Amino acid sequence: MERDDLLVNDSYALNAHHSEEEGIKIRKNIVKVTVLLTVLTTIEVLMGIFFKRSETFTWTAIKWTFIIMTLVKAAYIVMVFMHLGDERSNLKRVVLAPYLVFIAYLIFIAITEGFGHLSLFSTFH
Amino acid sequence: MGGEATKAISKEILWGGGRSPFSVTYGKMMMWYFLVSDALTFGGLLTAYGFARAGSEDAWPIGEQVFRALPGLEGEYPLIYVALMTFILIVSSVTMVLAVEAGHRNDQRGVVRWLFATVIGGFFFLGSQAWEWSHFIHGSGGMFLLAEEVTVTDVDGEQFTLNAGDAVYMDHHLGDAVAKWREGDLTVSMHEGHGNVMFVDNGHEVALETLTLNKYVENESAVSGADALKLWNARSENFAFGANMHDSEYAVQQSYANFFFFITGFHGFHVFSGVIINLIVLIMAVNGVFERRKHYEMVEKVGLYWHFVDLVWVFVFTFFYLI
Repeated sequence: MERDDLLVNDSYALNAHHSEEEGIKIRKNIVKVTVLLTVLTTIEVLMGIFFKRSETFTWTAIKWTFIIMTLVKAAYIVMVFMHLGDERSNLKRVVLAPYLVFIAYLIFIAITEGFGHLSLFSTFH
Repeated sequence: MGGEATKAISKEILWGGGRSPFSVTYGKMMMWYFLVSDALTFGGLLTAYGFARAGSEDAWPIGEQVFRALPGLEGEYPLIYVALMTFILIVSSVTMVLAVEAGHRNDQRGVVRWLFATVIGGFFFLGSQAWEWSHFIHGSGGMFLLAEEVTVTDVDGEQFTLNAGDAVYMDHHLGDAVAKWREGDLTVSMHEGHGNVMFVDNGHEVALETLTLNKYVENESAVSGADALKLWNARSENFAFGANMHDSEYAVQQSYANFFFFITGFHGFHVFSGVIINLIVLIMAVNGVFERRKHYEMVEKVGLYWHFVDLVWVFVFTFFYLI
C-alpha cells in the first residue's frame, strides 16, 4: 500500500496550504480565540473562589454556567484550534455525533444525580 | 462458512478508492477516530466520578478547599494553582496551533520555533502536576476520626455535635509532629496536662492550639482551647496523613483520592506522551524531513493530539475542580 503521507501529487495535505496574507488573518483569529479562552477560564476560577455552595438555587445556576462556559471553550478548541470547522461536514458529523450524545449524558449525571449531594451528604452542623 | 464477506459485490456500489470521502488523508482521519474513542474513555472516567460523588453518603471534598496551596507560600489561595496549570496548557495549545499555521506556509523556522515552545509548555505543565501530586500525597496536616460522640463550640460560637467516625483536622505544624509520634519516632514526645497537649520534636515545641472541622467541605470551622482538647481526647486510633492508595485525609471515603490519582494521572500520562511525540516531530522538523515531503501534515496530526489533551483538561477542570 502506498503511504499517503509521502504522496506529493493530489495529496490532501497540500490542499491545506495558504499564503502569507491568509496566514496573517488566521493568526489574528488564533489570538482572538486565545483571549476568549483565557477570559472564560478567569471567570470560572473567580466564580469557583467566591460563590459558596449553601444556597440551592444559586449553586445550580452556577453549575450550569460552568458547564455552558466549558462547552463554549471546547467548541472553540475543536473548531478553531483543531480545524474541524474547516473540514467537510461528513467528517464533522462523524466526530461530533458521539460527543454530543455523550456530553448530554454527562450533563444529566452532573445535574440530575448531583442534586443528591444537597440532601445525602452529612456535613456537621 | 460463506457469508456476506465472500459474496461478490459489484464494484459500482463500493467506494473504489482513489479519493477519501472525507477529503482527509488516512493518517489524519485515524487520528480523529482515535481521539473520539479516547474522549469516551475520559468521559467514562468523569461519569464514574459523578456517580461515586452522587452516591457518596459522606461529605465529598470540594476543589477550592482542597487545592489552595502555592509552592513556597503559607496561606490560602483557592484554585489559583490549578488556574495557572490550565493557563499553561492553553498557551501551549496556542503555540501548537501557530506551529500548524507555519506548517501550512511551509515555514520551517516557524514550525521549529513554535513546536519548541509547545514542548517547553508541556514540560512546565508536567512539572506543575508533579508538584500538585506531591502536595496532595503529603497533605496539609492530616486528620483523625473520633471514637465517641462529642459536642464542641467553634471560635465563632457555632455548636457542633460530632459522632464517632467523624473527621477532625490538624494544621501542618501539629500534623507533622503527630505523624512522627504515631510512627514511633523517638525524637518526638507528647506531654499532656495543665489543660493542654504539647509535642516536643527535637526540642521544638508544638502545642495543640486549633483543630479544624469540615476542612475540605462547606462550613469550615476552627475549634480551639478547651474544645480542641475535648476533640483530641475523643480521638480514635484512626489517623490519616495526606493520601495514598489506602488512606486519605481528604475524605472518610477513599474514592475521592482514587479518582484524583486516576483522572489527573491518566491525563498527565497523555500530556507526557504528547510531549514525547512533539519532541520527535520537532527533531524531524529540524532535520528537514517535512521539507523533503513538501508538506507539514505530521505537525497537524500531532497538533490534533495535543489540542485534545488541552480539551480533556478543560473538562477535568470543570468537573473535578469546579463543580
